[in-house]
Amino acid sequence: MADVIEVGAARGDAPPPAANAARRASAGRTGRATPYLFLAPYLVLFGVFGLLPIVLGLWLSVHQWDFQLPNRPFVGLDNYKELFSSDSAIFGDWWQSVRATAIFTVLSVPLLVVVPLGLALLLNRSFPGRTFFRAIYFAPYVLGVAVIGLLWRFLLDANLGLVNRLLGVLGLPADTPWVTNMPWAWISLVGVTVWWTSGFNAVIYLAGLQDISPELYEAARMDGASAWQRFRNVTLPGLRPVLLFVITTTVLASANMFGQSFLITQGAPGTETRTVVWFIVEEGLRDNDAGRAAAMSIVFALLLAVVSIANFRLFRYRED
Amino acid sequence: MTTPTPTTNGSAWGARRVVFYAILVALTLVFLTPLVWMVITSLKTYTAAQEIPPSWLPNPIAGYGYEQIMNNSANPVLRWFLNSMVAATLHSLLVLVTASMAAYSLARLRFRGRGVTFALIVGTLFIPPTSLIIPNFLIVDQLNWIDTLAVVVVPGAASAFGVFFLRQFFLSLPNELEEAATLDGANQWQIFYKVVLPLSKPALATLAVLSFLTNWNDFLWPIFVLFSPEKLTLPPGLGLLQGSYVTDYPVIMAGAVLASLPVLILFVLAQRHIIQGVSRSGLKG
Repeated sequence: MADVIEVGAARGDAPPPAANAARRASAGRTGRATPYLFLAPYLVLFGVFGLLPIVLGLWLSVHQWDFQLPNRPFVGLDNYKELFSSDSAIFGDWWQSVRATAIFTVLSVPLLVVVPLGLALLLNRSFPGRTFFRAIYFAPYVLGVAVIGLLWRFLLDANLGLVNRLLGVLGLPADTPWVTNMPWAWISLVGVTVWWTSGFNAVIYLAGLQDISPELYEAARMDGASAWQRFRNVTLPGLRPVLLFVITTTVLASANMFGQSFLITQGAPGTETRTVVWFIVEEGLRDNDAGRAAAMSIVFALLLAVVSIANFRLFRYRED
Repeated sequence: MTTPTPTTNGSAWGARRVVFYAILVALTLVFLTPLVWMVITSLKTYTAAQEIPPSWLPNPIAGYGYEQIMNNSANPVLRWFLNSMVAATLHSLLVLVTASMAAYSLARLRFRGRGVTFALIVGTLFIPPTSLIIPNFLIVDQLNWIDTLAVVVVPGAASAFGVFFLRQFFLSLPNELEEAATLDGANQWQIFYKVVLPLSKPALATLAVLSFLTNWNDFLWPIFVLFSPEKLTLPPGLGLLQGSYVTDYPVIMAGAVLASLPVLILFVLAQRHIIQGVSRSGLKG
C-alpha cells in the first residue's frame, strides 16, 4: 500500500491542481538543498561506518596488514590463496571454523524454523492470557548473549548445573559433560539458541498468520478438510513470504553465531566449536593480521550470499 | 481464529482446554526456569552454590553475590552499568535523530539521486555486519576512538534498519497532511517537526526501544574496542567477571541479574512496541 503512494508520486501521475500549487510553493520556500540537508547527518555516519568499511575491507584483503608493523605491502591475492591451499599455516584452523559454523547452522536452522511455528500456531487463537504467554516465550530474546551465555554456562555445568540436577531427579544420567564433550557441546549450543530466539521467530510467524484470511479456513472446513489438510493447504501457502523471510534471516543469524560458543563451550572440546566470526576477529584483532582477516570476511560474506540466493530460488520455484 | 470444532460436546471441549493450558504452562516453565534459577543462585552464599547436587532454594538468603559486585575495584560492575545506560541512551537518540531526518527526506521529498541513495542504503542490509568488523576497527582506531564512549555509541548508528523502518512508516502517512500544512505557510522543517514527527510517535518509540536493546546487549564489538576496566559496558564486563570468578556462581549470576533487569523492565513496559517492531520487520520480506 505504501509503495503505491510512492510510485504515484515518482511518476507525477496527475496530482490534483491544489497539490501541484502547494508543491511549487513549498519548493520555493525551502530551496533545493533541503532534502540533502535532511539526509546529511545520516549519510555522514553511513559513509564512514557503512560504505567506507566495505571499500577498506577489499583494500585490506590484498595487503599484508599488521597493526604492529610500519610496512604494509601489497600482496595481491595471497591472503585468499592461503585460505584454499592445504599447505598454508592457517588452512586447518580456517576450515575447522567453517565446518563448525556449517554444523551449527545445519543443526539449528530446522529447529529455529519449526519450533517457533509450533509456538505461533499455539498462540494464534483468542484465549484468556494470550498476550501473557506470548510475552513469556519472547522474554529470553530481550536478554543479550552475554547474559544468556553466562547463565547457560552455569546451568550446563556438569557438577553444579541445574540441567544435570533435574535429569537426576527424573532418574536419568546426571553427569553429562554438556559443554566440554562431543556431541553434547553442539546439542547445548543448539538447544540454548532455540531457547533464546524461538520467541522472536514466533512473533514474526504470528504476524504472518494474522494476514491469512479466516474465510480460507472456513471454506476449507466446509470442504471437509482435516486440521492437517488445512495446515498443509491454507496455512503453509499463506505463510510462504514470511517463511522465506524467517529461513533467510535465521540462516544468516546462525551462520554469524559467536557469543554462545565463546561463552558457553569456550570453543571446547579443543577448538571444535570455534565459529568463523570468532576465528576472523581473533585473527584480525588478537593476532594482528587484518589483511588475512579481511580476506576471510569477504570469502565468508560471499558464502553467505550464495546460501541466501539458493534459499530464494528454492522457495520461489516451489511456488509453481 | 482457530475455534474448537463445533461437533465436540461440552466435556470434551473442557478436556481439550485443560490439555491446551497444560502445554502453555509447560512451555512457560521451559522459558522461565533458567531466569528464575539465575535469581535464586544470585541470592546464595558461595558455599551453598558449591553443593553437589545444588539445593533448590537459597537458605539463608544471602547478599553475598551482590556485595561482591558492588565493592569490587577490579570489576566495577556499577560503573559498567552506568556506562551501558549512557551508551544505549545516546545511541538510541542518535539513531532517532539521524534516521528520522533521512527517512523523511527519502519518503516525502523529491530530489535528484533519491533512488540511488535509497538503493545504496538498503543494499547494505544484505551485508553481514560481522564481515565489516575488521575494517571498522581500523576506522575507529584512526579516529582515536578505541576505549572511549563514542566507539560504542556512534558506529552502530550507521545501520540501515532505522532508515528503512521509518521510511516505510512515513510513506504510509497521507499526503494531504503536508499539503494542508504547506498551504498554511509551513516549510519542510516545520512540517517534519510539527506534523510528521508527532504523528509517528509509535514508530519512533519502537525504533528507540529496539535501538536501546541492541546497544545494551551488544557483545562482539565492545569486547574488542573497550579495554580499561572503568570504560567497559556490561556485556564485556560480564565476560571479565566470568573470567575472574570462574565458578563463584552467586557473583556471576548477580552480575547477570543486574544486566537483565533494565531490559526486562523495558520489555514489560514497552512490550507492544517491541513485539510490533519485530512483527513488522518480518512483513517486509
